[in-house]
Amino acid sequence: MDMSMQKTLPQSSKPVLDASAPPKIKARKVNVYYGEKRAIQDLDVDIPRNAVTAFIGPSGCGKSTFLRCINRMNDTISICRVTGDITIDDGNIYDRSLDVVQLRARVGMVFQKPNPFPKSIYENVAYGPRIHGLSRSKAELDEIVETSLEKAGLLKEVKDRLQESGTGLSGGQQQRLCIARAIAVGPEVILMDEPCSALDPIATAKVEELIDELRKNFTIVIVTHSMQQAARVSQKTAFFHLGTLVEFGDTPQIFTNPSDKRTQDYITGRFG
Amino acid sequence: MPDQHTVRSYEEELRLLDKKIAQMGGIAELQLGQAIDALEARDPALADQVISKDAQVDALQRDIEEQVITMIARRQPMADDLRHILGAIRIASDLERVGDLAKNIAKRTLAISSENLPKTLLYGLKHMAELAQRQLKDVLDAYADRNSDAARLVWTRDEQIDATYNSVFRELLTYMMEDPRNIGLCTHLLFGAKNLERIGDHTTNIAETVHYLVKGTTLAENRPKGDKTSSTLLP
Repeated sequence: MDMSMQKTLPQSSKPVLDASAPPKIKARKVNVYYGEKRAIQDLDVDIPRNAVTAFIGPSGCGKSTFLRCINRMNDTISICRVTGDITIDDGNIYDRSLDVVQLRARVGMVFQKPNPFPKSIYENVAYGPRIHGLSRSKAELDEIVETSLEKAGLLKEVKDRLQESGTGLSGGQQQRLCIARAIAVGPEVILMDEPCSALDPIATAKVEELIDELRKNFTIVIVTHSMQQAARVSQKTAFFHLGTLVEFGDTPQIFTNPSDKRTQDYITGRFG
Repeated sequence: MPDQHTVRSYEEELRLLDKKIAQMGGIAELQLGQAIDALEARDPALADQVISKDAQVDALQRDIEEQVITMIARRQPMADDLRHILGAIRIASDLERVGDLAKNIAKRTLAISSENLPKTLLYGLKHMAELAQRQLKDVLDAYADRNSDAARLVWTRDEQIDATYNSVFRELLTYMMEDPRNIGLCTHLLFGAKNLERIGDHTTNIAETVHYLVKGTTLAENRPKGDKTSSTLLP
């Protein structure tokens, strides 16, 4: 339909992905090896900024491996070798001079099983900013903790018990605490590896709502086994299979009319 | 090579959906054929058969809708499956209307069964009916074969029915002008012709749905439209 007709239609209030903005993360000819075995093959992908990108694919396809490349968590695996270029805002994150600790503050991560520190709720969130020297006074630190808990949608539930242990919270609350902890250090990117797998449907819905809010200010990459979750929360979806990026596109199109038969077979349950 | 869903019952439900559409289509085709035969032969008994068959068509549409709703809830279909089952609900709706329109033609047969039916008028209607029957058969085959090219062909051919309708319309107006005693008969025939034109439109709808189901894209905005009767003055 012509653009004048488009303008008269009711529009969603949600922010639209800005296709003209430069990508936040760029991967070029990335290969990842575990010893002799190649886990990711010649990967080229552009991850858009201020949007949610979902990685989907069967077990062992390389999606979590690639996720861990973005904050160099694979460095901790001795037999893991990464070649190619990965840049964030055009800065090579595998550059020898790069401070990897700083990288992991810029690129936060949330894991499948909520893993709060065995500390108080307050300390869980304050720990990162404190050791990174992000606050000059207790008052500033309090502010950071409060804002992070607020952004993670947890403040109202815990504001009267910040000194209680983080591990005493419910699963969904713990996961949101982990998200608050990640955003407290002021990251630009948040990586999420199946963040809702261990959560009940209500907690899942709260985290999904949170992801939707967070994308205004962060670039989010989420690995998920749930087709419906990927379809709900993301604007772009990447389908991985046997270490290859098979298809990358707009989420609505991937889930209604994918270009590659392998993608279609996977999302419709024809695999295996 | 996996073309079947891993969960077999899902696969079976999708095949069942196709069977129901085929059955519905078959009854609608039969209704249309018999309605015109009844008109030509002035056969009230045959017309009654057409009318009574409509209940089956309606029941199938309700059944298909129920199945689709259940499948959406249970299976959370994606991609081609999603387009397939949404397509099924739209096609069922169009076929239900085709059945109603055929039933309506049959009712008019009952109304004019005692009248003298001029051959030229009947010829025009028969020609329209044949075109509509062919469209319906072809589009149902296109659905069964998942053939978007065949669907596109049906989509473009709607103009033929519209063109025939234009001329039948003018002819009926002429008849009515010649002799007011013809008005009753001609009005019924006019509605009958309109019903056939509408059946043609519904087959075009189905063709658009089949195309979307197969390709995931809609046919171009401008559907070929040839019905000029809304601006036709007395000839």
